[in-house]
Parts: sequence; structure tokens; C-alpha cells
Amino acid sequence: MSTPTPTRTSLSTRPADDDRRPGELTFRELLRWIWRQLTSMRTALILLLLLALAAVPGSIIPQEGVDSLKTSNWQADHPKLTPVYDRLGLFSVYDSPWFSAIYLLLMVSLVGCILPRTWHYWRGMWAKPPAAPRNLTRLPDHASYVAAGEPDAVLERAQAALRKRRYRLSVDGDAVSAERGYLREAGNLVFHLAVVVVLVGFAMGGLLGYKGGVILLVGDQYGFSNTPDQYDDFDPGSLFDADRMEPFTFSIDDFSWDVYPTGPRAGMSRGFESRLRYQESIGGEEKSYELKVNHPLSIGSTEVFLIGHGFAPVITIRDGKGEVVYSGPTIFLPTDQTMQSIGVVKAPDAKPTQIGLEGEFYPTVAFSKQTGSYFSVLSKPADPLVSMLVYTGDLGMDDGAPQSVYALDKTKTTMLTKKNGAPYRIDLRPGEKVALPGGIGTVSFDRLEEWNKIQISQTPGKFLALGGVVLALIGLLGSLFIRPRRVWVRARREGDGTLVEVAALDRSGGGDVAVVVDELVKALQQQPEEKKQ
Amino acid sequence: MTDVQWESLSNWAVAACGIVYFLALLVHLAEWASLRKVPVAAGAASVASVDIPGGVAVATGPGGEDDGQVRRTEFLGRLGYLLTGLAVGIHLVGLVGRGMAADPDRVPWGNMYEFTLTGTFVVAALYVGLYHRLRLAWMAPIVVAFVLSVLMVAVIWLYSPVAPLTEALSSYWLVIHVVSAIIATGAFTLGGITSALYLVKERAPARESGYVARLPKLEVLDRVSYRLHAFGFPVWTFAVLITGPIWAHQAWSSYWNWDPKEVWAFITWVVYAAYLHARTTAGWKGRNAAILALVGVATLWFNFIGINYFSTTSQHSYAGAPAFETPDVDSGVLTVE
Ligand code: HEM
Repeated sequence: MSTPTPTRTSLSTRPADDDRRPGELTFRELLRWIWRQLTSMRTALILLLLLALAAVPGSIIPQEGVDSLKTSNWQADHPKLTPVYDRLGLFSVYDSPWFSAIYLLLMVSLVGCILPRTWHYWRGMWAKPPAAPRNLTRLPDHASYVAAGEPDAVLERAQAALRKRRYRLSVDGDAVSAERGYLREAGNLVFHLAVVVVLVGFAMGGLLGYKGGVILLVGDQYGFSNTPDQYDDFDPGSLFDADRMEPFTFSIDDFSWDVYPTGPRAGMSRGFESRLRYQESIGGEEKSYELKVNHPLSIGSTEVFLIGHGFAPVITIRDGKGEVVYSGPTIFLPTDQTMQSIGVVKAPDAKPTQIGLEGEFYPTVAFSKQTGSYFSVLSKPADPLVSMLVYTGDLGMDDGAPQSVYALDKTKTTMLTKKNGAPYRIDLRPGEKVALPGGIGTVSFDRLEEWNKIQISQTPGKFLALGGVVLALIGLLGSLFIRPRRVWVRARREGDGTLVEVAALDRSGGGDVAVVVDELVKALQQQPEEKKQ
Repeated sequence: MTDVQWESLSNWAVAACGIVYFLALLVHLAEWASLRKVPVAAGAASVASVDIPGGVAVATGPGGEDDGQVRRTEFLGRLGYLLTGLAVGIHLVGLVGRGMAADPDRVPWGNMYEFTLTGTFVVAALYVGLYHRLRLAWMAPIVVAFVLSVLMVAVIWLYSPVAPLTEALSSYWLVIHVVSAIIATGAFTLGGITSALYLVKERAPARESGYVARLPKLEVLDRVSYRLHAFGFPVWTFAVLITGPIWAHQAWSSYWNWDPKEVWAFITWVVYAAYLHARTTAGWKGRNAAILALVGVATLWFNFIGINYFSTTSQHSYAGAPAFETPDVDSGVLTVE
């Protein structure tokens, strides 16, 4: 398909088509041919499009590194597809071999393309503007007129006018050549090199850094010290070294927040603030910090973020013999904005039978006649209640397989029921206690505590990446908005007067040099009159 | 004024600007309809320098055609432009009202409705602002029709009452991020319209009459499109690769998470980088570049609306624990971006 756009300039670095002579290709030539293909503009373009395409699956298929829970759920739902997808790396697209291959090729292509151009640019920095083409009127944007004065006087004027417009000049024979906008190419080179810098910074974060989360109870009796085993989830880069972790410790002395009293989001929480007491190293000075959403605490190169909160009812279970088999704050995970939460309690040591509890926590409970169940009206604990079902039998904790603390393995248990067959449910408010039927034990809800979800991360190279993007942006602005153009003025004696030809060429393909020509012609024609006056 | 009054002012203003956009559209349609009768040659003859950006005025000048008709067309064109300008003003009132209606006052982009309201405003405002510079008269009916229909979609399907922003959303980085993303979206949308018209014009270059014949030359369309994209691309870079990550880092500890919104913002960025490359690669100029620009707009708007239906992955969900930034359905746009 031919395009009607005139090919004014060709800045393509595409190799000449006749580079390869079939049958005559030595190994070195082949390598050189491959290298030229790889560093051609067209390849860069195709690789860019491939990169965009390759990024798509990762936004549709759940990604392990983004949301592992969702990924495992998806895998459970699609047993047939999962092994296939897994082999294709579709659950971690962004570190899959094929995704890496594309961007590494792009990087090679980029460097291979940019380094020679930088060299070329460097040498060209001091070059004179190219001589005027023989026939200026062949250029798409040109103008000519007949002036009164001598050719030399016209050329003088042209030089003055062009110098004023910050062109670089050279005169040869009957023509002035001028060029400006050298920095555009510099901007372009800076942009492309900065892309490499960004990728290096990004890779450093991914390889050397880590990210982890911990749920920590509020209160100075609870604490956290920064070692991998203290995290609930810990996601290190592949070259991560635990020795580089900062040895800080902290506890949350106090946590406060409030609730929108009215309006469409009434009941929604806001204004979260945790008072953190921390030491940058063991035995170091004790400091405190108000940790808020969007206001992380930096300790060395590590940052600590407040990203979630919830309730932890303190529940005690005594077994049939009256022994305390479970006691402590139990983390319930909120499921909605009213902070209705779910949680489980496991007492595997209870006798005569193991006891497991599973149910909901409502900070401010209400009962809906419509649905026949409880719901939470407010995220603040004005009238808290835990409502749980009771399971007895084998909780499956003895076989050594790791179990989530937030889920109950019910396969070998039975749920307690009432005489009419309905589930037996225990509803407790703080300070209340119930005896389980059959004398298997008692459960009490002693008091309510709160927890914070703290995210901690160390991202080396982040300032390198940021600096790189800023640099790239600056380069890009230069590359896009500096207009490189060449202007030629030729003056020749013709008959009585001087034939003046002006032509201009826009080297970026985005400019409109007709205006430049018009304006310059006007300036050239005006000046002698001014002098006459 | 109370919040409720602000909110109803906003609703009133949105309705009013819709009506004014509609009037502007009618006027532009009348303008182009009356032009159908004027042969193109007459109008084209008046265009002295076609290399002036966007260099086609709507048929003016001393052709052989009926003077009265030309004057009427010119008048309609100017009237349409003025009406569009007026509508943009009322549109702005609608936006400001929306922000003032929230408690505390805030920027008006807490949900899809507000984002769309702002996005259409920027498209229209950029058009009005660049009208003279890039000579966008030929774009008038398309832009106004686009803004009007998207605005209607917003009012009918996306409307939701004023609500405060979730905590993680109140960060000035987010404000800068969203402002720049919206401005880039506006520029890209105008660029996409231009590229679409390029393709239409390319298929029928020799048409003698009708809207297509009145479009500027292919070269000019290509250049206007490039200018719009060249403006949009750095702004998008700033929004998606600088302020977005800075905010994400503040709010949830990691500046890039490969979250679907981020992935699509990145895809858009790469496609537009490819567009800029295409324009300087032999064989990809013109037509293919225009197609890439359309792919770019498609990814842009898919990211805004479509992705919410394909993927609901949330950040850092910890066994279902909603963190502060948990996206909820109606603020899906911003919370996961
Ligand atoms: C990560 C990959 C790349 C990205 C994101 C990228 C992006 C860009 C952008 C946005 C521009 C537009 C600037 C302008 O129009 O002036 C551009 C121009 C350019 N790129 Fe790339 N590029 C990449 C890779 C490459 C590669 C591999 C090559 C080498 C073949 C290359 C060669 C060029 C050239 C020669 C220009 C100048 C075009 C002109 O003068 O207008 N780029 N690039």
C-alpha cells in the first residue's frame, strides 16, 4: 500500500535492502546482517508492538506476583487450563521467559541503535550545515523572488536574519546554508538512553529488593522485628540477601480512626493514624512516628506503610476438663466497609474433642428480619458481637501439613447442631461466656483488640528509576518540540536584478516550514526598505 | 451554598451543557449541510498556503459561488464554535459544583461518572483552545458529537451520587496524576479522531463533495494528528510513569505492581511510542501510523472503561482483607490505577 505522504526525510536506520547477497553469505556477514536487522527502526517498532501485545495476558489472567490468592482460586476453578497456562508462564507473565525475551531484545536493539547514533551525533556536533542543493525549487517548501540589490548584499542580509533566528551558518559560493535544532537529536538520544536507565533501576528493585506484609496487633505488648520469619507474607527478589535487611523493631502504641457520620459513605472509616514506637537497631534510640495512609515511615532504605486494619476479639476456650486450650486476640479479616469480619479459632488440644470455631465479627451489630441474619451497621465497635459455628472432631492439624490460620479444615469434623437440626451458633458480646453442649467446654469473648496491616518494602534503585523517567521526559520534550530545520538562501544575478531563492526543510516531519520560508522572505524583502528610510 | 445545593447546581449544569452541545452540533450539521451545495473547488481555491497547519478553512473566499451562502456558512461555523465554548464553560461549572458538593471539598474525580465528566470536558476544552492554532474547524461536528454522546453515557449509566474519596485517594500526587492523565486522554482522543478522519479521507481522496471532501489534505491531517499526539505523549508519560508510580509508592509501598490498570496504561504508552516510531519508519508512515493511533485510543478507553469488567484484581488483598485502598465498584477507576 503506497502512502501519499511525500518522503521528505528518511531518518530510518533501516539497512539498505541489497545488503544480503544470497548464496554469498559468510558467517560474519550473516552476523552483521542479523545485527543490522535487529537494530533497525522497523524491528524496534515491531518489538514495541510485540511488547504491548505480550503485556495483555497478564492483565486478564490473575498473576501470582500481584494476587496470589486470586491466582490459586482461579487455578482451582480451571484444572484443565492450569497446567497449560503454567507451562506458558501465564501466571507470572512479567517474569516469563518470553516477556523477558521481548524486552531484552528491545534493549539490545535500543543500545545497538543508540550508541552508533550518539557517536554520529557527537561527531556531527561541529559539522557545518550541509551545502545547498543545486536546485532549491525542487524542495517542497520554497519561494523565489527578484530583488533589486546585488547578490552579495542579499546574502549578507540573509546571514544576519538567520543568525538572529539562531541558525548555524555557512556560506559557499552563491548560497547561505543554515541549520538549527541540533538539540532535538540530543533529546532523542537522552530519551532512549534514559529508558535503559529506568529499566536498570526497575530491575534492581525487582531483583535485590523485597516486599512483605505483617498483621500486627495494636498495643505495646506486641512488637515486630525486621527479620523474614516475622512476616506473614514475604516476597523477596531473586537476588535478595536477608543480611541487607535493616534491623529495626517497632510496636504500635495506639491506633485511632474515625468514621463518616453522615452522607453517602456514612460508616466508612477515615483518618487512620497509628503511633509507632520504633528503634532503628536493637538497643538503639527509641523514636516515635505518626504512621498514616500515604505517609510511610522511612528507616534507612526500608519503608513502612500502613495499609489496612481490623479487629481481633480476645477469645478463650476451655475444654471439657476446664483447661484453657486457647486464649488470645484472634485476627478477624474484614470483608466490607462496615468492617464485618470473618475469622476462625482452633483448639486442637481440647479434650475430649478438638474444637474449631468459625464465624463473623460485627463491630456494631444489627439483625435483619429480611435475611434472618446479623449485619454490621457501623465500622466502629459500638455494639460488637462474634457469631460463630462450632466444629468438633479432627481439625487436621496433626499431620504436619501447613494450614492457613484463617481457614478451618472441616473435612473430618462435624458441626454442632440444635435438636431441631439447625446449626448451633454461639453469639457473644464482650465479657460473655457460653457453655458448649455436651460438656465439651466453654467459649468466652473477653475483650476486643485491634490490628494493623503493615506493609514493609525495600526497593533499591527506585531513585535511579525515577531519575531515569524524569530524564527521559526531558529528553522527550526536546525530541518532540525542538524543530530541526535547514534553510538555504541562494542569490544569483539574473537580468537586471537578483534572483533570490529560499528553501527550508523540516527534518522531524512534524513541522510546517512553509511558514518559515514565508517569514524569512518577508524579512529579506523588508530590510532594504528600512535602510532606505 | 450547601453541599446539596452544589450537587444540584452540578447536575443542572451538566444537563444545560448537554443541551448547548446539542445546539452546537445542530448548528455545525447545518453548516456542513449547506456546504454540500458549494463545490469543493471553490472553497479549496481560497486556501492559499496548504502547509499552514490544519490549513483548510471552511469554504470562504472569492470563488464563483453564491456569496450569501458562504456568509451563512461562515456564520454558522462561528456560531457553532461559540456555542461549544459556552457549553465548555457550563461544563466547567458542572465539574466545580461536583467537587464543592463533596465533604470535604475535593477534586471531581472520585468515580467513573466524575472521571468521564472531566474527560469530556478536557476533550472539548482542548478542542476550543486549539481551534485557532491548529485550525480545527473541520473537526467541529465530530468532536461535539463525541463529547455529547460520551456525556450522555455518563449521565445515563455512570451517574452516582457525590461521595468522599477514600483515604488512600487523598494525596496531591494523585491530583497531579489524574489531571495529567485526563489531559493526555483528551489530546489522544482528539488525535484519534484526526487519525480516523485521515483513514476515511485516504479511502476517498478524490471525493468532490460532502464532509470528507472538505477535510484538509492528508498531509495536514497527518501533521495535526502528530502534533496532538506529540503533546499527549509526554503528558501521558508524566502521568503514568512518574506521578502514578510516586503515588502508588506512597499509598501501597510499591511503585509498580503490574496491576491491570497499570498494565494497560503501559500498553497505551508503548503503542503511542510505536506510533511515533511509525511516523519515521519508511513504509509505516501515514496509513499505518494512523491505524496505530487508533489502536492507542482503543487501549486508552478500554483501560478506562473495559478493564473493570475483565479483571477485578485488587492490590495486596490479604485473604480478602480490604486494605484502605481496596477498590470498590463505583470508584474502580481511581482506586486501582
Ligand atoms: C524501549 C524502546 C523504545 C521506546 C520506548 C522508544 C520511544 C521513542 C519515542 C517516543 C520516540 C519519539 C520521539 C520523536 O518522535 O522525536 C522515538 C524516536 C526514535 N526512536 Fe525510539 N524507542 C525505543 C526503541 C528504539 C530503538 C530500538 C531504536 C533503534 C532502532 C529507536 C530509534 C528511534 C529513532 C531513530 C527515533 C527518532 C525518530 C525521529 O527522529 O522522529 N528507538 N523513540
